[in-house]
Amino acid sequence: MGLRIDQDHTRFKAIVRGKIKQNLRKYVQQGEMLGKKGKEFISIPVPFIDVPRFKHGSRQGGVGQGEGNPGDQIGQGQPQPGDGNGKAGEGEGQHVLEVDVSLEELAQILSEELQLPNIENKGNDKIVTTRIKYTGINTVGPQSLRHFKRTFKEALKRQIATGTYNPDNPVIVPRRQDQRYRTYRLESLPQTNAVIIYMMDVSGSMGDEQKEIVRIESFWLDTWLRNQYKGLETRFIIHDAVAREVDRETFFHTRESGGTMISSAYKLCRDIIKADYPAASWNIYPFHFSDGDNWSADDTRACIDVLKTDILPDVNQFAYGQVESPYGSGQFIKDLREHLGDHDKVALSEVADKDAIYGSIKDFLGKGR
Amino acid sequence: MPKSLTPRLMDLKNEIEGYARTFGLDFFEQVFEVLTTEELNMVAAYGGFPTRYPHWRWGMEYEQLSKSSEYGLSKIYELVINNDPCFAYLLEANAEVDQKLVMAHVYGHNDFFKNNFTFKYTNRKMVDEMANHATRIRRWIDKLGVEKVEEFIDVALSLENLIDQHAPHIKRNPDPKTAESQVNVRAEGFKVEKDYMRPYVNPADFLEKERKKLEDEKKQSKKFPERPQRDVLAFLLEHAPMEDWEREILNTVREEAYYFAPQAQTKIMNEGWASYWHSTIMTTRALRDHEILDYADHHAGTMAMQQGKLNPYKVGIELYRDIEDRWNKGRFGKEWDECDDLRARRSWDKKLGGGREKIFEVRKHYNDVTFIDEFLTPEFAIEQKLFTFNFNDKKNTWEIATREFRKVKDKLLQSLTNFGQPVIDVVDANFENKGELVLAHKHDGVDLDPGYAKETLKNLQSIWRRPVGIVTKAEGKSILMRHDGTTFAEKKVEL
Repeated sequence: MGLRIDQDHTRFKAIVRGKIKQNLRKYVQQGEMLGKKGKEFISIPVPFIDVPRFKHGSRQGGVGQGEGNPGDQIGQGQPQPGDGNGKAGEGEGQHVLEVDVSLEELAQILSEELQLPNIENKGNDKIVTTRIKYTGINTVGPQSLRHFKRTFKEALKRQIATGTYNPDNPVIVPRRQDQRYRTYRLESLPQTNAVIIYMMDVSGSMGDEQKEIVRIESFWLDTWLRNQYKGLETRFIIHDAVAREVDRETFFHTRESGGTMISSAYKLCRDIIKADYPAASWNIYPFHFSDGDNWSADDTRACIDVLKTDILPDVNQFAYGQVESPYGSGQFIKDLREHLGDHDKVALSEVADKDAIYGSIKDFLGKGR
Repeated sequence: MPKSLTPRLMDLKNEIEGYARTFGLDFFEQVFEVLTTEELNMVAAYGGFPTRYPHWRWGMEYEQLSKSSEYGLSKIYELVINNDPCFAYLLEANAEVDQKLVMAHVYGHNDFFKNNFTFKYTNRKMVDEMANHATRIRRWIDKLGVEKVEEFIDVALSLENLIDQHAPHIKRNPDPKTAESQVNVRAEGFKVEKDYMRPYVNPADFLEKERKKLEDEKKQSKKFPERPQRDVLAFLLEHAPMEDWEREILNTVREEAYYFAPQAQTKIMNEGWASYWHSTIMTTRALRDHEILDYADHHAGTMAMQQGKLNPYKVGIELYRDIEDRWNKGRFGKEWDECDDLRARRSWDKKLGGGREKIFEVRKHYNDVTFIDEFLTPEFAIEQKLFTFNFNDKKNTWEIATREFRKVKDKLLQSLTNFGQPVIDVVDANFENKGELVLAHKHDGVDLDPGYAKETLKNLQSIWRRPVGIVTKAEGKSILMRHDGTTFAEKKVEL
């Protein structure tokens, strides 16, 4: 349901993200709320824009209430310099519950910048699925959504209050007014048959920094795509002179060394596609990262052959990201550009350093394929 | 969208309203509306109103409120607007006992709005007025584009606190006509009954002297403005070269700031009064047996003390109760003040019973500053465990400074005076005869934040169009900060 304030809210978020009104950018501050998870405090980021005013310098102290002797340190709750606008009667309630700050929000920021890959509807009638999200507790609802713990708690409270609770015979009988139900909202998610195949060069010429860049970039690609699509499959391939399929954990943490035969990875990728993901019913996105230093020109030729004849016809987009390395010649991307540069299913990107990752993700996903 | 009350809630409302009336509360017609959490967050973000002009800062408030409620950190129980009829909102998902508590609390606020003197001149049709403001500003946005209008609102907001909180109650500038006639009298000398007396009553050299004095004074009054003006926004509206739409927006921001000012001036009194009444109504009349635990839980949540902050609900309710108790027992006046016998003081009870009457009087004639100044006693400060705290630069932490009564009270009063905002006047609009605007900060021991001051000056300059400055003190030295639109400068001045 749309609220009148949504417009202002969107505008505020746009300012915070620096998309509009650059002049306000310098006033954006990262505030935080303290949440409690179990026994630990965790912080929930709340950005705010601090409009400049004539105000007293900070750290002027104030009056507080509570135990303690002069000299004792006091905790959170720094004095808020008085705000001109008082709000009438705004009661703050209890302070409980658990908090999780997810990657979702970050992924959402990405999604505003990037275009969704144009995943085709293959082999499945429905592209949109709905997901139930529990949003709160209510006093009415269907029995199937009854919240047992809350219901019994309410009943217990009532029984204690009315004196009908007997600790020796702790029978709790919930009545109608004690019942508590979960409330929910339906959220729609696009569902599709899509697979991403990540390939990474882990040969000796890939230094730690290069691997780090690849990991960060594929982590973000993965986070974002997972956020966008339900039922997304991912496969991971690492290669030096030979390629092998690994699980996610290994992919992000492995360190190896050796020569480089990129064609080995492409062949394995081809075999995986042929075996598990028929192009008729799957959207396929291979991503390959390397420093661009291949073993021989022959192998490069083999790569291009495999790409042209086997991989490209089946996939939605083939993405190659080349990480700059002091050891690599960086030749591979040039060869790809020469032979496949104008192929519309191929996305090529060069990543110079960590700062270039964001641009590179845009190169890959900005095409909207 | 807002729903009116269900029949059950309507019954509760009538019940609570009846109790409020028998206790002698005097309120505007009360309207309750039922909202969902999202809607309540929205209305709260709008400062309690169903609609405001488009601006990102409502979005910012909304983000904070919705995050905080989503993560279960806080929850808005009630919202009430100073308006006739008085509007208040109930949260749909609240349990019945909470709705009762909120209603009782709201009648307290409603009574306070209607009777406390600081609210006397507020617009009681503010719901309509806010909607009008929104419409007018939207119209300018349609005409000029959102960027341009919003940018000016940002500038106006940055000056929002430069108002004169006492302005609605007094006349600052003397009427020009009466001032004129006074001058005439002085130029002609004292009034004489008989003409022949004139040279004796008003000798020529005396008249000459008077005339010269007047001339000098006139020269002085060429100063503009003649005397410092606290309502900086009004001064700008009258004298700054603005376009129509800019003037209208600045005026809107000023009007809204004046509307909200009394609420900031009476935060402790207002919340204390409402809490006093929800507590009184609930515990003596409205509570049913099975509701007691929930009520106690929520009441305690509202009254919770936090070390680094003063909870206005808590201080307010306790102070009203203290006053009621003191006046019931006759613990005031000369005899009480002069009694040094601790035992006598402790058992002091003259059974006067005028406590309730007294707090009704207090809620009418005081604001937070006078409330604290008059009724905060050393006993109360000890009982409520009040202390002052300061920042320890060496340890980089906040720590308790003292529990000494005098210092606690001074600090508290200081933080309440002028809403804890710096006191700033327009002193010269033609500085060095170059049309520059100079403000003066009344330094009360705390420096202005220099970074903020610089940016604010820049905004002020964009309205005044000529260079602007502010005289203040920094680290004990008088300085003039000046902004001419492109560059910022700071120099020492002698005052």
